[in-house]
Amino acid sequence: MKKLLALLIALALCVGLVPAVAEGIAKENIKMGVILLHDEDSTYDMNFINGVTEAFANLGLSEDQLIISRNQPESNQCAEAALDLIDEGCNMIFFDSYGHQFYTDDVVAANPNVLFFHATGDLAHLKGYPNLYNAFADIYEGRYLAGIAAGMKLNQLKEEGKLKGETPLMGYVGAYTYAEVVSGYTSFYLGAKSVCPDVTMKVQFTGSWYDEKEEKAAAEALIAAGCDLISQHADSMGAPTACENAGIPNVCYNISTKASCPNTYLVYSRINWAPYFEYIITAAINGETILTDWVGTLEAGSVVVTDLNEAVAAPGTQEAIDAAKAEMIAGTLHVFDTAKEGFITVNGEAVNESWKPGEGTDSAFAEGTQIVFDGYFHESLYRSAPYFDATIDGIEQLNQKF
Amino acid sequence: MSQQSVKLHEPLVHLSKRDTIAPLKAWLIRLAAIVLGLVVCGLVAFVLIEKIQQKPEKIWDFYNAFIRGSFSTPRKLWKFLKNLSILLCIALGLTPAFRMRFWNIGGEGQTLVGVLGAIAVAFYAGDRLPSWALLTLMLLAALLAGAVWAVIPALFKAKWNTNETLFTLMMNYVATFLVSFFLEVWVTNGSGALPKLKQAKLPVVGGNDYLLIILVVLALDAALFVYMNFSKQGYEISVVGESVRTAQYVGINVRKVIIRTMILSGMLCGLTGYLIGAGLDQSITANSVGGQGFTAIMVAWLGKFNPIFMILTSGLIQLLNQGAAQISQDFNVSGALPEVIVGIILFFIIGSEFFINYQVHFRGCGKKTAKGGKAA
Repeated sequence: MKKLLALLIALALCVGLVPAVAEGIAKENIKMGVILLHDEDSTYDMNFINGVTEAFANLGLSEDQLIISRNQPESNQCAEAALDLIDEGCNMIFFDSYGHQFYTDDVVAANPNVLFFHATGDLAHLKGYPNLYNAFADIYEGRYLAGIAAGMKLNQLKEEGKLKGETPLMGYVGAYTYAEVVSGYTSFYLGAKSVCPDVTMKVQFTGSWYDEKEEKAAAEALIAAGCDLISQHADSMGAPTACENAGIPNVCYNISTKASCPNTYLVYSRINWAPYFEYIITAAINGETILTDWVGTLEAGSVVVTDLNEAVAAPGTQEAIDAAKAEMIAGTLHVFDTAKEGFITVNGEAVNESWKPGEGTDSAFAEGTQIVFDGYFHESLYRSAPYFDATIDGIEQLNQKF
Repeated sequence: MSQQSVKLHEPLVHLSKRDTIAPLKAWLIRLAAIVLGLVVCGLVAFVLIEKIQQKPEKIWDFYNAFIRGSFSTPRKLWKFLKNLSILLCIALGLTPAFRMRFWNIGGEGQTLVGVLGAIAVAFYAGDRLPSWALLTLMLLAALLAGAVWAVIPALFKAKWNTNETLFTLMMNYVATFLVSFFLEVWVTNGSGALPKLKQAKLPVVGGNDYLLIILVVLALDAALFVYMNFSKQGYEISVVGESVRTAQYVGINVRKVIIRTMILSGMLCGLTGYLIGAGLDQSITANSVGGQGFTAIMVAWLGKFNPIFMILTSGLIQLLNQGAAQISQDFNVSGALPEVIVGIILFFIIGSEFFINYQVHFRGCGKKTAKGGKAA
């Protein structure tokens, strides 16, 4: 019954809320503007540049059909940048940062003939503009898989007697105490816990999406506090560098640091945006409807866990990741598994179907919306941006940054 | 030593300070510097931009980008005038302090707390007040916040003669963290992004969003010119700047002038913050001023603290900024390259002041004019 309900909601999202693009845009008339918060120096923004470039190559579009506008802050300036791109003839505009959406909704409303896309945003869901689309990916599944590599590494350190403390301890450098980050590190932790049951984790927030100095300092503090392994949800090279200096294994996000940190880099997960760019451009050409809230999956290649460093990883890691990935795609493995005994507990107690982490992060959740059913918490079901925001046992927040 | 053996050795190149220089000559030197700077930028572009290496004729698109960045559409022209005005407004705030030789490099922070003051009022009282009352209250809060931020270092300077350069600089960082703190309090979902407070928007004048800002700054520019050059207070500022002793001798209360001038300075920066907060963003981030408080120092300096010249220097810097951003976009190059290009041109412009202040003599070239000139 619950499964049917979920399916109906998903269908409603697909069909009911999506407006049709009246007619297709001829392929040679497609002009895409991509507005970035930073530039190539930021791993987060670089990931979008790679994604859109790959999609353009795959679809055979010319590079003249793409304009990238870099370093547009979350202020009136990003709206100006969008308007300039429309003047240049762009009919599809993509924003890469969450905060951009608050400055650009007037632009969206005033330009009904232009399609707007907003990675990680939630305004398409909250306000329902017919020409605004949000997208995200099941990156929590990627984090979980990367967590498996971390857990196996910890097991190896334990067997070799190289743990700093009695039980394995991980450290995590987060940006803000925000659902996207909380969902990310909780899945990473659960992935590690699935193979290394006694692991615990400390989380240190920096209060910035990109601050190399702060991220490095946070990683160094976590290492000093006895962490055996570090991962991060922050966009700079700060934490990987601190790990390489201290010889502590590091699990990356968005980019591989295998070349610069060969002795400590373990594995990385990223959202591959190329499938989304291909999807929206193809839909725009064919005049097909575009999903208001698109969620990229492991199966579609939107979530990638790759470039395992064999020199650092425990033996058998790749096989374990592949096996778990196959189970996830088959639907037999769920990240937020509430049915598994002792896997997810809050204050020492198991959670049941009335548990509602994430409800508070979205005012548009209908009252009484059930998020835990069929034995797991349904992340990214009701909207594309992650909403899991609870603190579970085994994870300690050292500070909070809102 | 006999009289004949004393032979003056003339170095290959030596410099002498100019007494005066014809304004036309000075402007020609500046123009030459800009042209030379652009040539060097072109060379750098050949080295760093792949698309130009492949098609050298694209170098004209490179130069054309400086025009395209600001003038190719009416929207870009408005943006250019608005950016010019905002930067000019902060520079106007710094000017009275600089004329007094009070090195206020806290324009960034004074402007940011201005934004913060305005947005704080909008956040807490936005729903409860009619629009005109809200906007007035926001203005007062911005002016007050800017003044407080500027007067703190002034009080310390007047009372204990602390170093104002370091003090005002540090106040910038305090302002940045203050904004981060308030964002943590105000934004409860943890994203750090405060949605627009739409009721806090300045009215649109003459059909353009930016016209009001431009007119306000233009009026302030004229007012400050009159204040600095034709008022008693402006004269006092100049005297204190020339020599504190002289000022004391003629009976000027130096402490009072310092404090009064810094309050004015801070209020002008606070006003800029209001224009940013209510006129543009209706929200705030720690980056709302975006380093313009520091760029404004250069605007004021290059404009020789003259509000009329400063319109030109602010315009020049915005022209370079928008042109450089256009280059990044047109040639699909990293966001760092535009900064390199702007840096090169500014380096040449600042360097040209050296040749305006000093004359270069080459050995055997022309007659000796140096009187007591320093050898290089």
